[in-house]
Amino acid sequence: MTTAAADADIHAALSGVTRVYPETIATPPVHALGPLDLELKRGEFFAVVGPSGCGKSTLLEVLAGLQQPTAGTVMFEGRTVSGKVPDGIGVVFQEDASFPWMTVWDNAAFGLRRNGVATAEIRRRVDDALAFMGLTEFARAYPAQLSGGMRQRVCISRTLVLQPRLILLDEPFGALDAQTRLLMGDEVLRLWRRTGATVLLITHALDEAAMLSDRIGAMSARPGRFLDIVVTGWSRERDSKIVSEPQFGEITGRLWEDLRGESLKSLGHPGMAAG
Amino acid sequence: MSRVGWIRLAVLAIAIGLLELCCRLGLIDQRVVIPPSEMAVALVRLLISGEANEQIVRTFGIVLLAALISVVAGFALGAVIHALPRVRQSLDPFFATYYAVPIFIFYPVMIVIFGLSAIPIVLMGVATAIVAMIIATLNGLDRVPQVLAKVARVHRMGAIATALRLKLPAAAPHLFTGVKLAVSYAFIGVIASEFILAPAGLGRVISDAYTDFNNRQMYALMLLLIIVATIVNMFLHVVDQRWAERRGIAKP
Repeated sequence: MTTAAADADIHAALSGVTRVYPETIATPPVHALGPLDLELKRGEFFAVVGPSGCGKSTLLEVLAGLQQPTAGTVMFEGRTVSGKVPDGIGVVFQEDASFPWMTVWDNAAFGLRRNGVATAEIRRRVDDALAFMGLTEFARAYPAQLSGGMRQRVCISRTLVLQPRLILLDEPFGALDAQTRLLMGDEVLRLWRRTGATVLLITHALDEAAMLSDRIGAMSARPGRFLDIVVTGWSRERDSKIVSEPQFGEITGRLWEDLRGESLKSLGHPGMAAG
Repeated sequence: MSRVGWIRLAVLAIAIGLLELCCRLGLIDQRVVIPPSEMAVALVRLLISGEANEQIVRTFGIVLLAALISVVAGFALGAVIHALPRVRQSLDPFFATYYAVPIFIFYPVMIVIFGLSAIPIVLMGVATAIVAMIIATLNGLDRVPQVLAKVARVHRMGAIATALRLKLPAAAPHLFTGVKLAVSYAFIGVIASEFILAPAGLGRVISDAYTDFNNRQMYALMLLLIIVATIVNMFLHVVDQRWAERRGIAKP
């Protein structure tokens, strides 16, 4: 592959990125992230796993343009990301970010209305997104009338209608039970296949990362750096049934090997890491 | 009406019935309290005669004005104080103890400054109500989920759009609690001020009727105040419940 072709294949990249939270009255400065390099290939599904507090969400927010890196550069589609979320990036957060005062339909249409998209086009895209996420019959319901998983689907729909080319998922299923998470994982895979978007998933669940991703970055305890990049080798047409395959166990085993010591460090038990 | 609503209505009817019975049986001296049925008759006669209409319009007009000023200014001040954490830190103790101070001790001062007019009464209504609205605004803005600010940035919304399109609706249930309290406190502030010293108004008329042993007029106007305050509060409660139901935070 030529350099130009390789560059075109890189959808987003972080190089030498560091994030240090400045000192406040109550806290000393916190070195949360890096220095760290990452290249996301166009259309790939990349997951980031790591111990609590290792800077996973900081990494996502820096990539999204929600936070400025203290050092290093962030690129998206060949342009530097600085201070603003670039057009083409969609983010789904861990917290319920649905708007309780709007119906499901209006929630999904929010971004399109903000962008001044024509009414007919809004209707088409929202109806399509809600159908895709299985929410058509709840279009007139309010988020409070839905389960946690369905509310998260509302937020995904709101992101999906804007047709982002890079979707950033910040532990979107963190608050859901294990079975629902597996099923939501299937939906995310369907979404990824259909949109062709590049997806970066932040998760603390090793099985979720192993099932969904093409590549998985295992991060160290704070300040977060990549310890290992695991290539899963799954076909694009995968679903949650792969959890019963031997390779799935090998991937999660390797991730746990990478992360066990780091997780103990983050809990304040570095001495146990060798055991 | 819901089952709870019927029970509520039954409790009210029983209380009124008991008072009526006690008055009629002479257990309560009718020179002290007249039966509720006679209060109602006296109120109807008073309204038909039009004798107190001017005072009624004046008092409810002042209550409305005081409530409006309290809600609008209370929200604006609350939003500004919320945006200035150091100012808020310094003011928090005052808000916490505000209703522990008998605000009416300042009423004579206001009469000295503004004269015996409607202005001191409006100001007393505002003084009684505004802090409830400020506290509700601070509380509401505190409870806006932080993730909404991130959502706003993802949608490339400016500060004003974020405030109007996301923060305000998110804080609305708490703001509405402030509105309910402000309206109730405005009623109390205005009527009590009129009762203490005023050239006109329902409070003044009730006070005069009390001094003149005119029980029928006194109880008729008291009943009117209770009915109006209850209707206004019930209306606000119904609106609040509808919103709460929609958001899934309705109280049973």
